[in-house]
Amino acid sequence: MIPAATIPAATIPAAPPRRYGGPVPITRGFTGRPRRGRPGRVPPGQYDTGADWPTLTAEVTPHLVPDEWTMTVDGLVDNPYTWTWRDVHALPGSTYFGDIHCVTTWSKLDVTFGGVSVDTLLDIAHPRPGAAFVMAHSTTGYTTNLPLDDLRGDKAWIVWEYDGRPLPVEHGGPVRLLVPHLYFWKSAKWITRLELMESDRPGFWEQNGYHDRGDPWLEQRYQGDP
Amino acid sequence: MTGLAEETRAPIGGWTTGTLVEMDRDDRLVRLRLDVANRVDHLPGQHYVLRLRAEEGYTASRSYSVASDPADPLLELMVECLPGGEVSGFLHDEARPGDVFELRGPIGGWFVWHGDTPIVCIGGGTGVVPFVSMLRHARRIGAERLIRVCAVGRSRAVLPYADELLAAGAFVALTRENLDGRVAAPPYLDELEPLVAGAERAYVCGSVGFASYATRLLGEAGVPTAAIRVEQFGETG
Repeated sequence: MIPAATIPAATIPAAPPRRYGGPVPITRGFTGRPRRGRPGRVPPGQYDTGADWPTLTAEVTPHLVPDEWTMTVDGLVDNPYTWTWRDVHALPGSTYFGDIHCVTTWSKLDVTFGGVSVDTLLDIAHPRPGAAFVMAHSTTGYTTNLPLDDLRGDKAWIVWEYDGRPLPVEHGGPVRLLVPHLYFWKSAKWITRLELMESDRPGFWEQNGYHDRGDPWLEQRYQGDP
Repeated sequence: MTGLAEETRAPIGGWTTGTLVEMDRDDRLVRLRLDVANRVDHLPGQHYVLRLRAEEGYTASRSYSVASDPADPLLELMVECLPGGEVSGFLHDEARPGDVFELRGPIGGWFVWHGDTPIVCIGGGTGVVPFVSMLRHARRIGAERLIRVCAVGRSRAVLPYADELLAAGAFVALTRENLDGRVAAPPYLDELEPLVAGAERAYVCGSVGFASYATRLLGEAGVPTAAIRVEQFGETG
């Protein structure tokens, strides 16, 4: 087997272009910047932002006081539960090391977040059999919807640390949801509540044209994408 | 009820193509006017994704706010050439009339104005672009009294659409040079207050640092947080 890093970029099959009737135009004269990183590491249509971490926010950045913040899991659960800042810190800690992908086309590689696995919260709240979707709510009123399966199985976290330091407020500090295998708008900043639901309903960006699931490897950016 | 929970509705368009019909540029900005196939008319404030495609299939795409009025037969984008900008640099240096680009849009149902609500807008640098669309729209439908714009730039030469903004009655604050009698400075609270009076909603567009400054100023001017809509951009536009 050839190590991926030795395969020239040109031999990596490109994702088939989306169909819209006519032929896909090649941009005259465009070659693009030198491909960075390992081929295949960045999902289609994304680029490696390197050390930068751009922000995307639709609202005024709030200033949360940790002592006044709480985290609730409710809806279709047997044991609706609310944790304080101190409570979540007393739960077994969990760390994510890997990549994140924003729908605005940047990906950031090899980042570390620390907090608690959403599994830990769900184990306490105990979802009912009918629960299939989750609405994540922020203190600001921001919402985003996710399939429950995308929050289970060591795939999602409630995080308050970035690279070993407190999460900066512009990136959702003091605490945010982290669902790194989906586009980053699903990782709601200033998370305060996970509401388990039987059927899906669109959150904030989803009502405004963005995809209900948001898998970066399938380029599920907007409503109507596969 | 928070602003974020407010019902929004806006047109959404899928992937299509646009042919570059007209363009002009200076050393930093390029204005593109495109003929869009099967166009879905946008609302002022919405954006498009523009995608470049290399021979072997590599693509790069970025989002750009629309500057044109929905009734304009062409779609107008104003792009700032960023240092090392893969897409903006190509558009600025290489694009020429006749080129065909992949476009997707309009997109976004939050940062839009239907032309029926009194609003105040604060834009920094290329953050003025969606407000140019709103002003053009207001003028066409006779809704100029509903929109007030504060445009902030370093100098008259580098502020996009500076002349058009001034002619449309926007308040322009230049931070690095004097403008008529006004000494170079960011907008002051007492300059913003008359613009804010009577507005039911505020729109802020600009860099992360600018958006943070502008939302704080709006708060000091008495605008509730829930009435402020923000569109901010980092390196990605």
